[in-house]
Amino acid sequence: METTVSKKTERMVGKPIRRREDPRLITGTATYVEDIELPGMHYAAVVRSPHPAANIKGIDTREAEQHPGVVAVYTGKDIDHLGAVPCAISLPDLRIPHHHLLAQDRVYYVGHPVAVVVASDRYVAADAVDLVEVEYEPTDSVSEPEEALKDGAPAVHAEWPDNVAFTHDQAGGDVEKAFAEADVIVKERIVSQRLAPSAMEPRGTVASWNSGDETLTVYSSTQIPHILRLLMAGVLGLPEHKLRVIAPEVGGGFGSKCELYPEEALTAFIAMKIGKPVKWVLTRRDEFLATIHGRGHVDYYELAARKDGTMLGLKVKIIQDVGSFHMLLTPAMPTLSVLMLPGLYRFKNVDAKVVGVFTHRMATDLYRGAGRPEATHGIERMVEVLAAELGMDPVELRKKNFVPPSDFPYDTPMGVSYDSGNYAAILEKAVETVGYSQLRQEQQESRQQGRLMGIGIATYGEICAFGPSPALPAGGWESATVKIEPSGNVTVMTGVSPHGQGTQTTFSQIAADELGVDIDSITVAHGDTSTVQHGVGTFGSRNTSVGGTALVLAIRELKEKIETYGAFLLESDDVTYAEGVCTCNKTGKTVPLAEIAPKSWFGPTFPPNTQPGLIATNYWEPPNFAFPFGAHIVVSEVDPDTGEVAIKRYLAVDDCGKVINPLLVDGQVHGGVAQGLGQALYEQVVYDDTGQLVTGEYMDYALPKAAMVPTIETDRTETPSPVNPLGVKGVGEAGTIAASPAVVNSVVDALSHLGVRHIDMPLTPEKIWKLVQQGGSA
Amino acid sequence: MIPQEFNYSRPATVQEAVDLLADNDAKVLAGGMSLIPLMKLRLSAPEHLVDLGRIADLTRITENGGSLHLGALLTHHQVATSALVQEKCPLLAETAGHIGDAQVRNMGTLGGSAAHADPAADYPAALCALEAKVRLVRRGGERVVDIGDFFVDALTADVEPDEIITELILPVEESGTGVSYQKLRQPASGFAIVGVAARVRTSGGKIAMARVGVTGLAATAYRATGVEALLEGSEGSQADVAKASAAVDEGVEAISDLHASSDYRRSVARVFTARAIQAAL
Repeated sequence: METTVSKKTERMVGKPIRRREDPRLITGTATYVEDIELPGMHYAAVVRSPHPAANIKGIDTREAEQHPGVVAVYTGKDIDHLGAVPCAISLPDLRIPHHHLLAQDRVYYVGHPVAVVVASDRYVAADAVDLVEVEYEPTDSVSEPEEALKDGAPAVHAEWPDNVAFTHDQAGGDVEKAFAEADVIVKERIVSQRLAPSAMEPRGTVASWNSGDETLTVYSSTQIPHILRLLMAGVLGLPEHKLRVIAPEVGGGFGSKCELYPEEALTAFIAMKIGKPVKWVLTRRDEFLATIHGRGHVDYYELAARKDGTMLGLKVKIIQDVGSFHMLLTPAMPTLSVLMLPGLYRFKNVDAKVVGVFTHRMATDLYRGAGRPEATHGIERMVEVLAAELGMDPVELRKKNFVPPSDFPYDTPMGVSYDSGNYAAILEKAVETVGYSQLRQEQQESRQQGRLMGIGIATYGEICAFGPSPALPAGGWESATVKIEPSGNVTVMTGVSPHGQGTQTTFSQIAADELGVDIDSITVAHGDTSTVQHGVGTFGSRNTSVGGTALVLAIRELKEKIETYGAFLLESDDVTYAEGVCTCNKTGKTVPLAEIAPKSWFGPTFPPNTQPGLIATNYWEPPNFAFPFGAHIVVSEVDPDTGEVAIKRYLAVDDCGKVINPLLVDGQVHGGVAQGLGQALYEQVVYDDTGQLVTGEYMDYALPKAAMVPTIETDRTETPSPVNPLGVKGVGEAGTIAASPAVVNSVVDALSHLGVRHIDMPLTPEKIWKLVQQGGSA
Repeated sequence: MIPQEFNYSRPATVQEAVDLLADNDAKVLAGGMSLIPLMKLRLSAPEHLVDLGRIADLTRITENGGSLHLGALLTHHQVATSALVQEKCPLLAETAGHIGDAQVRNMGTLGGSAAHADPAADYPAALCALEAKVRLVRRGGERVVDIGDFFVDALTADVEPDEIITELILPVEESGTGVSYQKLRQPASGFAIVGVAARVRTSGGKIAMARVGVTGLAATAYRATGVEALLEGSEGSQADVAKASAAVDEGVEAISDLHASSDYRRSVARVFTARAIQAAL
């Protein structure tokens, strides 16, 4: 047996090592759902509603069923005994419409699944979709949430004619008193438009039923295999121990794969029905129609302050466009926004009123940032509006109102406790790096030349490391199992389900240091509910902070067992394990892990009262969230003739706590900024007046391409989180949260001398051009 | 891509291609940059595709008596990087470099773009400014069409179902002629919200020749003859250019869509016309 464990002293944590995932990804040897081929595979294709609202008068499946190669066609009546697409959130007055896997007598959005065709060939399945005759009786629809709230608007669900899906009021302090004492109150309507999450790999599922032992295996492109297993078992009426879910390689999710979608359960249902494996993969067109969208806020802000800039209180009304049904976490999105409304500022008086609104559109749910970008965009815009109103410098205004470092842990009026931070320091670092005062001077000079240069600042705090279990519907802990194989190599099994984050790399770094072994002796496995202990999954920037901590604690437990074996082999009662070696503290004799490992499994003798083998599992429940923060500064220039925005500089200074791998942190910031910049300048999901999705292809949905994203300068401060032993906070969403207000603030700043105070996203050239033409008045 | 079933032929010669088109209800496949997405969405479901991709005759570049003959199957990349095109017809090479992205430029073709007649495509602006001629071949005959007559309407060119474009004929640029293509990109597709191609030759301190082609603004690309007339004979001062550019949308019914209103398109058309002329001067 080859032993590969060697003594090591080089620390891996903090090193910018390359991703261990990349060789398989860039050589095309990764296995996505689409790559899975099972003998006898059949293919499912979904018939979708072309109407945003219609009664189904009849469905004629005969022609489709007779089409050569078609095995079956299922419609709403075939699945009405199955469970509903789940929503896991509870709020006191939450209205949850029954969300069948297939439409019953009505359709509620363009793309609503109406029937599913199964064939022996995917081309035949697609052909047969066109042969299913659905007779629709279109009814009035409503697309915009503010329209849906008006009296007389078409009711999305007949039982709730006001279209209110839920309300949620949360207040802290005494906001009325704060507003009464204020010298100045600034108000703004701020929209965070609907976005398409745009994972590179579309959703897809393969399901295989073994009728002999009545077990179901489901491969799905998901961020939450363990939770999906529970949810799917519930929908199908199958005991969960009969169900195995595997998340193979998953090509991105950004939150959109943190769901149980109707098609996932339908694929499993069909596999059980026909006794053959079934594959279903979404086309990009259907991905736009039927994968959740993000954001979808119309928010009304009022910020009260004293003349000297001291912020006193905030009133916010949030209108959340729900779509026609709730998905898994939909109602939680605006409640997450509420938690972060005060941003990094120390005012104690906040009044938030949320209303979720049903519309005839695809559901909204979590998309990178999930509620926090909307809140950050709001407060960071309002700070700028206040600065303009008071004639104060926005940097000084922010610094005047930051929670000071001495106040941590800091209890916010929204009932959360910020763990650690130094907000003024990170803004000062950004301001210094970018050369802020010089930029202001350049701006003055460029204005005299008729050029429109803007400097935008955004500071942000975010809530991540989800999270304490009371905050989540299915536990907020995470799990890890660490096993020293007989060869001395190490297998880590984590309950998180990374899908692009590079967690195999960071967890290998953490394990290498904790165990004192070579990083190449470590394998990180995840995503298979039959081989990995129960876990929660990957969302809310939680992998490293929660999953990584479970890993560290499992290793620490394991090290005690290694010492037990080391003592047994060294015939000592006083040993220490470090750097891959157990040393007798009395004699100095050593035994390496490579020798301990096989003896732990094969004996022939074992220490008394000690189980064979070196394996340990830890489930870690975090005591709090972690709160990363940062300051981004953007320099932009507006072309007055065309309204085009050019980003001249983008500086991101982030604090995500302790950094495991700076290369991956930079990568997360780059990707996050690209997505936030996409929201600020380009992206929007557009439904027209008739409820049709207009932006249903990348020909019309403007995802930023490489050439549209500027060079991003990154820097950091490092404030460890006291919440977990690694001191990490999370960085998966930070860039997305900071970028949209930073970009918009820079463009508003470029036009501020024209009296422009706010512009809603995306900042299309035409929108800017109109403002310039009209001398600033929208 | 999950299109409907279709027959597929890959002729080796122009003759084979036009025979296939004459004998079948078939559609021509060139680079596929427009047709394939339509088939993918099942908005187009041809029963038979005739793929011109292997006809070597259609990728030639030849100079002949003051004209440049460009095979219809030349990719945008080939046009953009051809030393001969860069030297003899720099406007077309420059324009080709602005089309789509690298993947599109490696697949999309000159003839395919012309035949598709997308109102926002880049090439048509240059082809109009160049007063290009299009050679069309069918079984038993051929014809040459002036570009001004070629673009009939949005997505409609003067090509019969049994015809293929074999080449585009362009003038070799006279020395002293400056050219430029300026566009405002639609951020999602990379097509032009407005694109303006200009050729300007000065002589004795005056503009002796001006040609301006415009795409994106109207249902078809067109020559802005009003702009040209105002420029020719002028000194090409900034004021002259501004005055001439203001005529770019005269008599034009401007497009309005998700990405830009007609008012905005008109305004940026004037801006980009001025920029293209200035850059060409």
